[in-house]
Amino acid sequence: MSKIFTFKNDVDTDQILASQYLLLPNVDEMKGHAFESLSDTFASDVRPGDLIVAGDNFGCGSSREQAPAVLKALGVKAVVAKSFARIFYRSAINIGLPVLISAELSDAVRDGDEAELDLTAGTVTAGGKVYACTKLPPYMQRILNAGGLIAVLNAEEA
Amino acid sequence: MGMTIAEKIVARAAGLPEVRAGEIHTVALDKLLSNDGTTHLTIDMYHKLKNPRIADPGKIVFVVDHNIPAENPKTAAVHKKMRDFAREHGIDMLEGKGVCHQVMVENYVEPGQLIFGADSHTCSYGALGAFGTGVGCTDMLYAIVTGGSWVMVPETLRFNLHGKLREGVYPRDLMLTIIGDIGANGANYKCMEFAGDGAHGLSVNDRFVLCNLAVEAGAKTGIVEPDEKVREYVESRGRKAENLFVSDPDAKFLKVYDYDLDKIEPVVACPHFVDNITPLKDLPKVEIDEAFLGSCNNGRIDELRVAAEILKDHKVKDGIRFIVSPASNEVYLQALEEGIIETLLKAGAMVMNANCSVCWGSCQGVIGENEVLVSTGTRNFKGRAGHKTSKVYLANAAVVTASAVAGYITGPEAL
Repeated sequence: MSKIFTFKNDVDTDQILASQYLLLPNVDEMKGHAFESLSDTFASDVRPGDLIVAGDNFGCGSSREQAPAVLKALGVKAVVAKSFARIFYRSAINIGLPVLISAELSDAVRDGDEAELDLTAGTVTAGGKVYACTKLPPYMQRILNAGGLIAVLNAEEA
Repeated sequence: MGMTIAEKIVARAAGLPEVRAGEIHTVALDKLLSNDGTTHLTIDMYHKLKNPRIADPGKIVFVVDHNIPAENPKTAAVHKKMRDFAREHGIDMLEGKGVCHQVMVENYVEPGQLIFGADSHTCSYGALGAFGTGVGCTDMLYAIVTGGSWVMVPETLRFNLHGKLREGVYPRDLMLTIIGDIGANGANYKCMEFAGDGAHGLSVNDRFVLCNLAVEAGAKTGIVEPDEKVREYVESRGRKAENLFVSDPDAKFLKVYDYDLDKIEPVVACPHFVDNITPLKDLPKVEIDEAFLGSCNNGRIDELRVAAEILKDHKVKDGIRFIVSPASNEVYLQALEEGIIETLLKAGAMVMNANCSVCWGSCQGVIGENEVLVSTGTRNFKGRAGHKTSKVYLANAAVVTASAVAGYITGPEAL
């Protein structure tokens, strides 16, 4: 089971990782600052396999790929939102961080709830109910399945 | 059926006679921009590739603009990594020359091009009739290696602009008003296309202001229908203007909006969202600690002139920091020639080098606990300019300058 961390609408990438940490040498040095402006405890409490569940327009604003990258580095299994801003959505898939769209889940769960994510089926089970998420376009699913865009690139070069 | 500007640009980049919104196509990219916000990560990933190579170094531009000059050894190492890589591979490297989008428009962008930038405000290039869009650094790496990428052709929201803005009202007020109307995700995944006599009446600099903020409504890009003003701008700088694409009369728009420019009034985007718009006249008294004039949105000669016009008769209020950063050295030099920099300094402003400065909250003019900033920057997100309890209000250049004089957010007519 995954623990759920909830966020509201219009969470911008400055909140996921503030500007002052972007030029640190690598993502491992950055990840302890994830969601620092919104939560004093997220980065220390989140465990590999946990889920982020959010409202509309998650990841809006800056194109900083450090935002999805720190979530992946912290072991977040997937982000499920009502909708995503396009750059975050594309970057998450490119680095192999699953992003799923569900109109209902964020209204149905609370911070700290538990859920079961089935990536193959594209479903989240929470509170005894199964939520079907919108499928990725096949082109993007192929990138995610490969483990990200760099894996696709390395395979193309093989 | 006809095509939109965005469809025509993607079709050209895909080598196809026709494309439609919603299709995914493989494209050749005309230019690639990467700045010091993420390039160090791109370079690290590059060195881990199975077969590292660069399709065409001549298409790539590196710009150091976010933390310049470096403020600590870690940043210095990031800049050195970029510098060494650029030198090794023959990549253009602009360091300390200005904000990336400003120097791209001044020196590289041509109408009809498809450009990826590892920066969300790459959508600015629609000022010259180009399709610029922001991507992450993995997309940037793929494009550096292969010279291409994939794009989903966006649907287009068409904004027909009519008439002229009144005196004391600026393109920034227009674009903030539009974002307030359609919301922070009102154009998500879409192209915002601006046309009509009101759009053609705007200068290239004014068009930059509109396109630059398109991403704050979630847009993939913003494009002003290019015309002879664009041709003149581009050709006067020794570049080509071969592809001035306009939408066909029977092109399909997802939605069409009409705006009468003479009805637009000065507005303020209140914390912590760019679509949280209030008319300036309805804003309660908001005392400030700092004012910022600059950024890729509003740091050009036009805005510096507005500030100088106000400050020739007024001084920055004691205890208020008024920070000015021209968007590029070209802008800076012109401001020097026109005596603007002297006027600003004598009035008490701090004039910085050309860079992202206060707008991105990591290098210059960072604000402290509970402090309030009024800014011509691009964003007012929580903590964007410093401490997580601080607040950022976005306004036009006249309001920002007048507020620096008054000590609270106001227009110049109140001085």
